[in-house]
Amino acid sequence: MATTITPKRITDIGPPHYEKFLPPVIRRNYGAWKYHEVLEPGVLCHVSETGEKLYSVRAASPRLLSIQTIRLFADLADKYCGGYLRFTSRNNVEFLLEKLDEVAPLKADLAAAGFPIGGTRATISNIVHTQGWVHCHSSATDASGIVKSVMDSLSEYFVEEKLPAKLRIAVACCLNMCGAVHCSDIAILGVHRRPPKIRHDMLAKVCEVPTLISSCPTGAIRSAVVEGRQSVEVIEEQCMFCGNCYTVCPAMPMNDPENDGISIWVGGKVSNARSEPKFTKLAIPFLPNNPPRWPEVVEAVKNIVENYAKNARRFERMGEWIERIGWPRFFELTGIEFTRYHIDDFKNAGLTFARSTHLRF
Amino acid sequence: MDEKKPKTELLDELEKGPWPSFVTEIKKATETSPMATDLLGQLELSYHERKGHWKHGGIVGVLGYGGGVIGRYSDVPEQFPNIAHFHTIRINQPSGWFYTSDSLRTLCNIWERHGSGLTNMHGSTGDIVFLGTRTEELEPVFKELTEAGFDLGGSGSAMRTPSCCVGEARCEWACYDTMKLCNDLTQAYQDELHRPSFPYKFKIKCAGCPNDCVAAEARADLSVIGIWKDDIQQDDEAVAKYAAEGLDIQRDVCDKCPTRCMSWNGELTINNRECVRCMHCINVMPKALRPGVEKGAALLIGSKAPIVQGALLSSVLVPFVPQEELFDTIKELISRVWEFWDEYGKNRERVGELIQRVGMANFLDAIGLDPVPQMVTAPRDNPYIYFQKKSENE
Repeated sequence: MATTITPKRITDIGPPHYEKFLPPVIRRNYGAWKYHEVLEPGVLCHVSETGEKLYSVRAASPRLLSIQTIRLFADLADKYCGGYLRFTSRNNVEFLLEKLDEVAPLKADLAAAGFPIGGTRATISNIVHTQGWVHCHSSATDASGIVKSVMDSLSEYFVEEKLPAKLRIAVACCLNMCGAVHCSDIAILGVHRRPPKIRHDMLAKVCEVPTLISSCPTGAIRSAVVEGRQSVEVIEEQCMFCGNCYTVCPAMPMNDPENDGISIWVGGKVSNARSEPKFTKLAIPFLPNNPPRWPEVVEAVKNIVENYAKNARRFERMGEWIERIGWPRFFELTGIEFTRYHIDDFKNAGLTFARSTHLRF
Repeated sequence: MDEKKPKTELLDELEKGPWPSFVTEIKKATETSPMATDLLGQLELSYHERKGHWKHGGIVGVLGYGGGVIGRYSDVPEQFPNIAHFHTIRINQPSGWFYTSDSLRTLCNIWERHGSGLTNMHGSTGDIVFLGTRTEELEPVFKELTEAGFDLGGSGSAMRTPSCCVGEARCEWACYDTMKLCNDLTQAYQDELHRPSFPYKFKIKCAGCPNDCVAAEARADLSVIGIWKDDIQQDDEAVAKYAAEGLDIQRDVCDKCPTRCMSWNGELTINNRECVRCMHCINVMPKALRPGVEKGAALLIGSKAPIVQGALLSSVLVPFVPQEELFDTIKELISRVWEFWDEYGKNRERVGELIQRVGMANFLDAIGLDPVPQMVTAPRDNPYIYFQKKSENE
């Protein structure tokens, strides 16, 4: 009997071990860092118990990177950092240097390649965001285009430290929130505003009806026979346009250029510093999708940032500032209209009702 | 590949301005991939029509895995045949997102041979994302990735790729070795990561301190957040130096303390029994104050984005686990949580939602944890108590 020798297929090896990617200065001082200083926006100096120093240079990134740009980063890492670099949880790229006098030439090279340096401490760091029209099937808007437009307008706040505290912006292009915008200082969230347009012709073929019915958080979908075919119907008054049904069933498309758009949320945080982590709250229920520059969204975000920059106290995050001055004053200062949509009507809605006479005018 | 260059008058607008442009990135990728050219064309169409042009996934993947690849197809493939298939591959990042230039070049070369040349560094859950390839390229990409020492990340109703902050590699505030814990957990759950068998996704994030740079509190079914149990380490000379350099310690440190456990009269006094370990004073004076020496982490459970039943933050399950016991404790806890979730979780119900539905007390019973006051901000304020019948041996 003939035997064929096939090479063993490699599976379940997990990620490469991080140790081989650590620069020597980190290997020598792992767990022994004593303190750090921010030398200037985007340049950190960590000092270890032994006195050794590590300089990190943080640059902006559009997150969507070509292999050409990654190779450019790799070349810069070879030139200045012995080939070592990392990315941050907000998708900035960081170069890890042992010598202070290499910082300036690296900064010059990054600037020449079009990558601003900053994003540390009381700045606006990179915007965490989702795929949008670049790659997502359920998006109510693009993500990268909004990020680019907003940061073009706010880039001074990335490269200079001129805010009361750090300000974290996130963009998610639908309520799925792959960008988890629900705890950011400012959240830009794509929203649908019309119920799914049911494709009765294909629904029974591509979807499992019980799964579809149970996917609806408000129970708005029920089984129905339409033109002799097994399908579903949507109780429109119960639909809040989350798109959950579309996630489990492609025959429930939500896309609607006239009614899809953007909502703006403020005052969330994940850090435990000073106040507890908190959710973002609704500031603006709807702005139109207006590519390529989304001027209404850029203007709205800029207005909120500038009011915060002008009025908050040092170390006060967006949500902490608003809690101190009160929501009526926030709406007054920003000129944003307070509407019926700002009053919660989903589960546990009463938790955000004013339940005292601690009132501000 | 210039002959078929699409007209991109709207996208071209997004190459102007100081912020790095994703449009420039896609254009760079057209040097090596016709997929990038068609992506530009389809994206320009989306910008004109103000709607996306991607269809639902369908099941695509590599042999023996149930996840790691997100199927994606253009809904206008006649116009843009090179992106008729445009699947995403999630690749498990190394802990802390550290790389060597050579490892990045290896990844780039694989992706130049087999895909669009476009990536996300990184995806929201932490993975390296290879953006756009054809079904028949999946096995070859996977083979070359694993030969280079990389493996796929999670997708679907599975354990998702764990992630962590930079931790002890470069942060003096890390209360445990986040990168090691993240790597150890990832390696321990390879099967759960690659073969979806849960009611829905399950995420773990490891943050080294309460500043929570990986948003564990908001984005992980199991949030591991470093804290210390003893007193803040205090260097009075360094405190005095901050004051001498102009820091208003009363206003900017003491008055911002959430429990007002600090006082300043030329000397800083901290009542550590009343400290909630929020990090503010340490953040402001990193040379003078540091976390204590009895380090470990709090384990919190259940956070998630809105889909399906609304967004949740994680809530405290185990207030403190010493750093050396973290891995074993988490493994034991996870096995109990998964057993209960497997049995009682509904399709697409995250652990946090299950706890909301059955009640935290029942959940604690099920996983065998005793209630402790650190689990709540206050005891219940309603009298609708489900008193239990006395058991027979009471």
